Amino acid sequence: MNDLAAFVGPKIEWFSISPLLALLAGALILLLVGSLTNEWPKYWYSLTAVFTSALAIGLLISLWINVSNDGAKLLIGGSLTLDHFAILGSIAICASVVLVSLISSDYLTRSGSDAPEIYALYLTAAIGAVVMISANDLIVLFLGLETLSLSLYLLAASNRQQSASQEAGLKYFILGGFASAFFLYGVALTYGVSGTTRLNDLNTALTSYIAVPRNDAILLIGIGLILVGFAFKVSLAPFQMWTPDVYQGAPTPVTAFMASVGKVAALVSLMRVFVVAFPSRSDDWGVVVLVLAILTLIVGSVVAIVQTNIKRMLAYSSISHAGFILVGLEAASHRDSANVGDGLVAVGVYVVLYAALVVGTFAVVTVVARDASDGATSLDAFKGLAKNQPALGLVMTVFLLAQAGMPLTSGFVAKFGVIKSAVAVGSYQLAVVAMVCAVIAAFVYLRIMVSMWLSDGDAGEKVVVPTLSRVAIGLAVAVTLLVGFLPSLALDLTSNLAQLAVK
Amino acid sequence: MIAASSEVLKFPILSALIVLPLVGAIVVALLGKSRPEWVKLAALVSSVTTGALSLWLLGAFKSGEAGFQFVSQHLWISQWGISWHLGVDGISLFLVVLTGILFPLVIVGIDPHHNETSYLAWMLLLQAGVMGSFLALDLFLFFVMFEIVLVPMYFLIGGWGYDQRVYAATKFFLYTMAGSAFMLVGIIATVALAQRDLGVVTFDVVKIAEGASFSTNAARWLFVSFAIAFAVKVPLFPFHTKKKKKAVTGAVIQMVNHGVSTGALFLLVGMIYERRHTREIAELRGIQHVAPIFAGVFTVVMLSSVGLPGLNGFVGEFLILIGSFEAARWWTVVATVGVVLAALYLLWAYQRVFHGEPDEANSSFKEINAKEGMLMAVFVAVILVTGIYPKPMLERIEPSVNSFIEHVEGQTK
Repeated sequence: MNDLAAFVGPKIEWFSISPLLALLAGALILLLVGSLTNEWPKYWYSLTAVFTSALAIGLLISLWINVSNDGAKLLIGGSLTLDHFAILGSIAICASVVLVSLISSDYLTRSGSDAPEIYALYLTAAIGAVVMISANDLIVLFLGLETLSLSLYLLAASNRQQSASQEAGLKYFILGGFASAFFLYGVALTYGVSGTTRLNDLNTALTSYIAVPRNDAILLIGIGLILVGFAFKVSLAPFQMWTPDVYQGAPTPVTAFMASVGKVAALVSLMRVFVVAFPSRSDDWGVVVLVLAILTLIVGSVVAIVQTNIKRMLAYSSISHAGFILVGLEAASHRDSANVGDGLVAVGVYVVLYAALVVGTFAVVTVVARDASDGATSLDAFKGLAKNQPALGLVMTVFLLAQAGMPLTSGFVAKFGVIKSAVAVGSYQLAVVAMVCAVIAAFVYLRIMVSMWLSDGDAGEKVVVPTLSRVAIGLAVAVTLLVGFLPSLALDLTSNLAQLAVK
Repeated sequence: MIAASSEVLKFPILSALIVLPLVGAIVVALLGKSRPEWVKLAALVSSVTTGALSLWLLGAFKSGEAGFQFVSQHLWISQWGISWHLGVDGISLFLVVLTGILFPLVIVGIDPHHNETSYLAWMLLLQAGVMGSFLALDLFLFFVMFEIVLVPMYFLIGGWGYDQRVYAATKFFLYTMAGSAFMLVGIIATVALAQRDLGVVTFDVVKIAEGASFSTNAARWLFVSFAIAFAVKVPLFPFHTKKKKKAVTGAVIQMVNHGVSTGALFLLVGMIYERRHTREIAELRGIQHVAPIFAGVFTVVMLSSVGLPGLNGFVGEFLILIGSFEAARWWTVVATVGVVLAALYLLWAYQRVFHGEPDEANSSFKEINAKEGMLMAVFVAVILVTGIYPKPMLERIEPSVNSFIEHVEGQTK
């Protein structure tokens, strides 16, 4: 009884969690006010979400400056972190919300189902994602993971007029449930071995006791299960089977959201957990990550070639991007090397640039390729696009070349950073495999480019690009080209990226 | 020692050689919508100015000096030690001039038949990338230029090529990119290994060449990675031998002369296709009877390719064979067999296409016209002049080659 009376809650640094509060406010306004009032004027739902996320980005930028001055730190009794890595990931997430909200507005208006719920779900998913990547505690990470996942399940099934969407939502829900269960079981096992779920305390616990062989087996199984749980979410091979089906069935703006926010959150938090909590066992999980990376790269690039549906094609391409990012994680497993921090930095840069790129690509797909009732979004929609509408064709070409890793685009800067980190720690074979898979994946993008520029399309209806979508596409292209020509803009962010909050 | 020359011109001529065609490409693309009739003029102005600049460069180049001249360097990506670093030496000089002359000739001489704007824009972009590849003294910049060449080539082959052009364009893109993929890993590995000797991360070719040394094993793997990229682009079997100055000088000259004579040959083949809509030897016969001047031009170019003394092709081949004979006797024998075979296939093809009596289809073969004549006159002039009097070329190439070989021998002792 006395213990309870003396209970003191953790200190809450309100300003440091203000971005989360901003996103929450936006979600609540949309849900509560939106449901209690008449239908808002056109675009207002979307703009609420955009404004909220932009506000969150502003707050994140000021937090970034704070961290630059005062250093990284832990929040709320050590359950959340505030460091450059988390802030960069959060900015990528909020920027993705902005872009996806812009293109959703036109998509939903077109199908006559504009409503506040979708945007509220984007915002709650973003909250879950930000919590996930800032978490210093595995349970808090799980909270964020579930918040994000539940929002995504609902979003995937949100197109009630298409059965494909319902199917995608159900598939995602069932498989996601499995993934979360694996993850949680892994957390339980590591807790059993170490007595804590805090990432920094885990590392202390694991490095300060002498490993009893039986305990080490349980620990490794626990780490393995955590990795499997993450692998599902990130869609690494051989756990990627759900991705093409769910990406294809979900409404295209939601696919863009899943490919950007979903992946960024899972990859950044995966990085953090393994670099902060388990570096002492990096010899063990490093090999597993190496194998996963190679499998993912190969599956992502090779299977993409035989696809005819563009959303499936891009789903596999996002799988191969995840494989590339995993190369950075593998580089971070070489504890003995002086350049071990390079991997983390490379991953941070890659996820930010990748988010903008993938949303831009899916934005064009949303506008050009109509979702048919069975969810088919065929490559044929792109035939002759560049001849009929050169601007749109050119923009899509920039995105495709960036995904292929052509110099003078952000995609090249991202890939270059990752390959550099691999070479710096001596993973030459992995670097070569990654580059070869990049070439194989390039064939996929080339096919789309051939279709756009060198085929004759139906002289049918011209594709209308609504205003908000134009803004979104314009922003994405601007980032892609700007960072491509002046990589220093992106690299300037990386000076303190490797300093994670551990106390 | 490969050192930067002290000569620094106020006007950044090398950057201009890259930027001018680039600006020309943008102007052409923009004019295409509003003023299509000015497109060809704009393209000509851009490429001719570039060509003129490259000729001026040839004149201003200090003969007898080994190092890089007209160097310009500007920091680009400071975190990675990457800069916009350009320079020209005896080895790259004539390739730059060749590029400068060839592109305006092609733009004048070739009619793309459709989408002239896009064609010219891609051509100019290609010229910028090719110039950049020759002039870059930073590994990252070189890679960027090397890859930039892929996109215009892809669209040019795919859009204006002949049968199976899409397949050819795609194959070209993927093969070249695959080669470059290996080279990228090689470049990054070079930088990583050089970092140990230099203490800093830098992609600067001059700094790495001067300051870093590589173990034999590492050097072999790095060479392989670069060689894959280059071997894919140039269908040439690598001729790896103990470095000899004559042979290498000959190789540099051969590169330039090959560009001239092969370029001319393809232009002539294009002219044949324009008239007869076939490139099959079996369908051509007796052209010499109906178009003797055309046949004469073809003869000169063909003999240059074969390596007849007095024409430019002989200079390079002779130097290579003489130089290699001392170092690798049996490889030289193989190379000489290649020369003989080249003569064989070219002369035989010539006989089948140009000799004999022309039949119905071939007798309407039009003689070479004024525009085409002027175009080919430039090539023939270069072939004759550099064949009879190669001394000015040799004077500029040799010092760079000598210093390059001394540097390599110094590193590998």
